[in-house]
Amino acid sequence: MNKFAQAYVENDRYRLTGVFHHLTAHTPIRDRDDGWKLLGITNPRSMTYLHSYGGEAIFFESLSRGKLLGTRCDQEDCESQGMIYLPFRIHCPDCLGRCSVVDLTDTARVGARIYTYMICERAGAFSLLEKPIKFINVAIDGVATILMSYLSVGRPSIGMRVIPIFRTNDPTYTITDLSWVPEGTLAEALPDGFNFRTTGP
Amino acid sequence: MIRFSSDHLKIPCMKRPVYLVAAGQSNYARAFPDRRTEELCIEAFAMAAGMIDKSPAELKRYIHTCYYGHFADHFGDQLLGEAVIHDRLGLDPLGNIGIKTGGATGGSALWEGFKTVASGYSDCVLVMGWERMDEVPTDEGNFLISCAADKDWESPLGHIYTGYYAVMAQRYWQIFGKAEESFRKTLAEISVKHHEYARFNPYAQAPMKLTVDDVLNSPVVAYPLRALDCCLMSVGAACAVLCDEEAAWKLVDETRNKPLRIWVSAGSHTLRPADRMHMDIPLLPNETPDQYKDLNERFPGADRYPGFSGFLAARMAAYYGYGMTGITDPAEDLDLVELHDAFTISDVQSYEDLGIRPYGYGRDYVESGDCYHTNPFSGQPGKLPSNISGGLLGCMHAVGATGIMQVFEVAVQIWNRWEEYHGDEKIWRSFARDKPEDWTNLQVRNAKRGMAISHAGVGSHVTATILMDPDHCIGGDP
Repeated sequence: MNKFAQAYVENDRYRLTGVFHHLTAHTPIRDRDDGWKLLGITNPRSMTYLHSYGGEAIFFESLSRGKLLGTRCDQEDCESQGMIYLPFRIHCPDCLGRCSVVDLTDTARVGARIYTYMICERAGAFSLLEKPIKFINVAIDGVATILMSYLSVGRPSIGMRVIPIFRTNDPTYTITDLSWVPEGTLAEALPDGFNFRTTGP
Repeated sequence: MIRFSSDHLKIPCMKRPVYLVAAGQSNYARAFPDRRTEELCIEAFAMAAGMIDKSPAELKRYIHTCYYGHFADHFGDQLLGEAVIHDRLGLDPLGNIGIKTGGATGGSALWEGFKTVASGYSDCVLVMGWERMDEVPTDEGNFLISCAADKDWESPLGHIYTGYYAVMAQRYWQIFGKAEESFRKTLAEISVKHHEYARFNPYAQAPMKLTVDDVLNSPVVAYPLRALDCCLMSVGAACAVLCDEEAAWKLVDETRNKPLRIWVSAGSHTLRPADRMHMDIPLLPNETPDQYKDLNERFPGADRYPGFSGFLAARMAAYYGYGMTGITDPAEDLDLVELHDAFTISDVQSYEDLGIRPYGYGRDYVESGDCYHTNPFSGQPGKLPSNISGGLLGCMHAVGATGIMQVFEVAVQIWNRWEEYHGDEKIWRSFARDKPEDWTNLQVRNAKRGMAISHAGVGSHVTATILMDPDHCIGGDP
């Protein structure tokens, strides 16, 4: 039986197990309107990439523990000293110094509002989100940037107060482990695997 | 992002003038199962050569370097596509380069060609763009396009670029459009107009006679955007030949074409709209420091610029381009434009970014009738017709080719050859299309100056390509 592709790192090298590509036969594409003459072939392609989060890894791991991290430039001689960024930025975009990591979980719980939104009926291939997808961009008090995410409960509106929720059960370690619900939403209404609370260090 | 210094805001000064002498394109369709990309590129090249009465082999003798634009290697499952096309054109071993900036790829390829001629490196360059979006089904195509968003912070959210774009549209819709039904109808009018113009364009993919209700009743993609508010996914190719003055006049000698002055400028912004910081509005020559002081009072919620409703990249491209060409008011100084109508609402947003209308009043460009070839309210020529090609809604969005298609369309207008390239029955038949009985000549009378805007996604890159009849340049041209 083929195993899913898996990887871990040891001595700064990837150690791979499982299958990283699957062979599937080409099939011909023919023209039904012209005697089924050959026009081309299908090129099935199933391949797994190894993607490094690098300095952002801590953000994606923290989602699985119910924490929302941002970054702040603390370089004394930077014009943007004190600026807080979410999406998380490893380096300050002004001075390129390394940013400090800051915990925005509590800030987001009391000071997050929908800046804009979109309810999208369609998704592309490989999407794991249920449709319709309720995209929201969230403005958080004190944060200079406006994060893209999605609303899990209710209908979005501009200015709506929202609370972050985290997929702490069976996390995917992707941005989809973070979602939002309107202020006042009860825990019972959260999607499976999501909760409000921090679960670890 | 940077805080502007005088060096950042320097208006580019080219070392010598650059000219467009010919352009060409294939037709456009959702799929070409029977044609390889190189066949489409050769069709475009052959048209450009024919435009100046040359065979392809004769035109090739002049070319020194080549600039190839295509957005997505993985759409065609071919890395180094520029090497394939360059080889098939028989232009090896001349220097060439591949350029990709998302939806602005065509304009960016022109930017590179323009700078090459202006610098003196080459006297004649080929700029060719193409896209192959039919080698994957639509959902997989949407997935691949979503890879042009941030792969960790955006793409996993639905793998649908429309969603990432549409949050910007929502903000504009609610703040500047005030979510009014009348504004929704104005957006639908844009779709009606562009699909209608596509009916008179033999190269266009989606000619349709629509009503406003047809648009409003089309399937919802991402409210308020419906299917007929959204651009096409296309396959096709387009090219342009740029020269210095001496080579230009040599190439067009005893032909119907006159070399057109060309300038290309570029701007950018963050890939993620999430990262766009608030700033003062950079002003264009036809704007004053005071005019936006009360913007947030007139449009509550417009307190952040560009926020999610403006494209700073477009504004910067216009700033540099107008500075290079002496344009002070595009609505007065230009005769036609081809804008990046990826969505009806992005069309409106760009009217403001480019200074055709002030921020907040983009809808007036449509509601006044100024954007039409013939103003439907007055019956007179539109003040500044836009997207006579049919644009991205009606003609095509073969991404790497789009910006060059737009330049083809503007150029044939200034050359007064629009009817020749859009009305000839032979062209229609060659694409197995019937020329409509009500075919209308959309030549803009006395067109001397035009602009094409090539735009990437949510506004990470925008170029402005400005063409002028050399006898009608604006004073101040360096």
